Amino acid sequence: MTAQAPRRPAEAGAAPAGHTPRRKRRPRAGGTVLTVLTWAIGLLFVSPVLWMVLTAFKEENQAATDPPTLFFQPTLDRFSTVLGADFLPYLGNSLIATLASTLLVLSLGLPAAYALSVAPVKRTQDVLFFFISTKMLPVVAVVLPIYVAAAYLSVLDNVWTLVVLYTAMNLPIAVWMLRSFFLEVPKAIVEAARVEGAGLPRVLWSVMMPVMAPGIAATALICMIFAWNEFFFAVNLTAAQASTVPVFLTGFITSEGLFVAQLSAAAVMASLPIVVVGWTAQRQLVRGLSMGAVK
Amino acid sequence: MSAATAPAREAPTAPSPRPRPRRSARAAGWARRAPLLPALVFMLVVTQLPFLATIVYSLRSWNLLRPDSQAWVGLANYVSVFTDRQFLAAAGNTVLITASCVVVAMLLGTGLALLLDRRFWGRGVVRTLVVTPFLVLPVATALLWKHIMLNPVFGLVNFLLSPLGIDTFDWISQAPLLSVVVALVWQWTPFMMLLVLAGLQSQSADVLEAGQVDGASRWQMFAWITLPHLRRYIELGVLLGSIYVVNTFDTIYMMTQGGPGTASSNLPFYIYQRTFLGFDIGQSAAMGVVVVVGTIILAMLALRLIFRTFMNAQEARS
Repeated sequence: MTAQAPRRPAEAGAAPAGHTPRRKRRPRAGGTVLTVLTWAIGLLFVSPVLWMVLTAFKEENQAATDPPTLFFQPTLDRFSTVLGADFLPYLGNSLIATLASTLLVLSLGLPAAYALSVAPVKRTQDVLFFFISTKMLPVVAVVLPIYVAAAYLSVLDNVWTLVVLYTAMNLPIAVWMLRSFFLEVPKAIVEAARVEGAGLPRVLWSVMMPVMAPGIAATALICMIFAWNEFFFAVNLTAAQASTVPVFLTGFITSEGLFVAQLSAAAVMASLPIVVVGWTAQRQLVRGLSMGAVK
Repeated sequence: MSAATAPAREAPTAPSPRPRPRRSARAAGWARRAPLLPALVFMLVVTQLPFLATIVYSLRSWNLLRPDSQAWVGLANYVSVFTDRQFLAAAGNTVLITASCVVVAMLLGTGLALLLDRRFWGRGVVRTLVVTPFLVLPVATALLWKHIMLNPVFGLVNFLLSPLGIDTFDWISQAPLLSVVVALVWQWTPFMMLLVLAGLQSQSADVLEAGQVDGASRWQMFAWITLPHLRRYIELGVLLGSIYVVNTFDTIYMMTQGGPGTASSNLPFYIYQRTFLGFDIGQSAAMGVVVVVGTIILAMLALRLIFRTFMNAQEARS
């Protein structure tokens, strides 16, 4: 992503019409058309979400109409109904499962990534391959023994079971991402710090951490998205106590067309936390998904 | 594994070039391994142990509805898996859903990324909007498409298509696979878009300018400079996308329940049904093993390829 840096100044320089130092390609008439087109496509693409948000503010009889109702008196009643339907315990479980598993992923993944990059163990490639190959293990193939083991240990319907499973689900991707961020730390500055007499903890904390912080944030973000959205384990291994937000939404599976506004409100509330997190950290998301692999 | 030759490349950074007493070399080796071990052991315990158990289950006849039914049956479960029509149909659906979703999402994602890579008014806002479907809870996405978009009477899609004479078409029951794929494509397009965008942004401006100076047309620039550069990102997107889409469960569970009949059930959903609704432990374990073997064979081929490109690039840099 270092390529973004040289673009920056050009972006600022493109605004004044007068002179553009080295690139004189942009100001074309086609640009406006393309911009309008991009906006139109973007809005069309996201319109299902916009419509869902709109529907969440409707009365039920306005939500299911043919033709669709566009203008109406917005109401918050649907949201309060959802809150009244015991939404908060689910939200709490989701928060615990997401945050705890992400913390656990980072605390296991950071040292592992270090041992696969900065001070690599022998057979690094095999270890990396093992990590990523576990992602190819379909969860349906392991859910049964996990269920049996959880029942044996009496941790069924326990949110910490989900924490462990989500950690295993995200750790391989996290190790891969973190490894490439470790590799991005310039060797020169690490050696310079060493020569100055800095010990390993100090090098890790004061030299590598600042460089890696955006990468760690990106990794954490990806883990949070996948953990928040996970459904299979949640629906199969939890019941009344430890269910997460996606399971809460299954309660709406039966009501064909009747409670569309209610459903929309629930879906909006269930998605909102992770959508907001994703929006604010969008830049890191681009970087993280590329696994920092390319400059 | 061909990786036998690989560690040699890592050797320059490996410990002591000068000879040392053996014991301390071994200690140094363990010191290196120590930070890796917790993660490695954790993954082995949480993923490999259950899989071993699955293999054991798959060799037994075991149906929870008949508690006295436990017995070793060898490979009998596997024989019946391969003669199970529904299993084979589900396998076909899985391939169909995964391939079409990944390909279409990648094409759309690349198109969006190209549009969003330009500098234009409100770029940040449009990017943020377009990313949203990837962030929305997949369960919510499935419900959104089922009840709001594709509902035969009140759905937006039929409303928009009514000028074309499609007014009361019941997408979910008449075209269940298509409905599922549409929802999945919508969900995964932003993911592909983000990856391709990362690729586009990492392109060096120098090369592009050199191309312009040499008088290359926009299409030539795209085909000869941008596309080869994007290859790695596209491969990564296809790989990661496939891994996740193959395992799709929530969308099918919420939208179609695999129906009507078994028309839209994929392997994860079918095996889930056999396990948690049919209580046929032995059978479903065998199916799980078959799926794992199939996935690994397919993925191995793809992954080795990508893995090598990736590693070469990373090592070349460091």
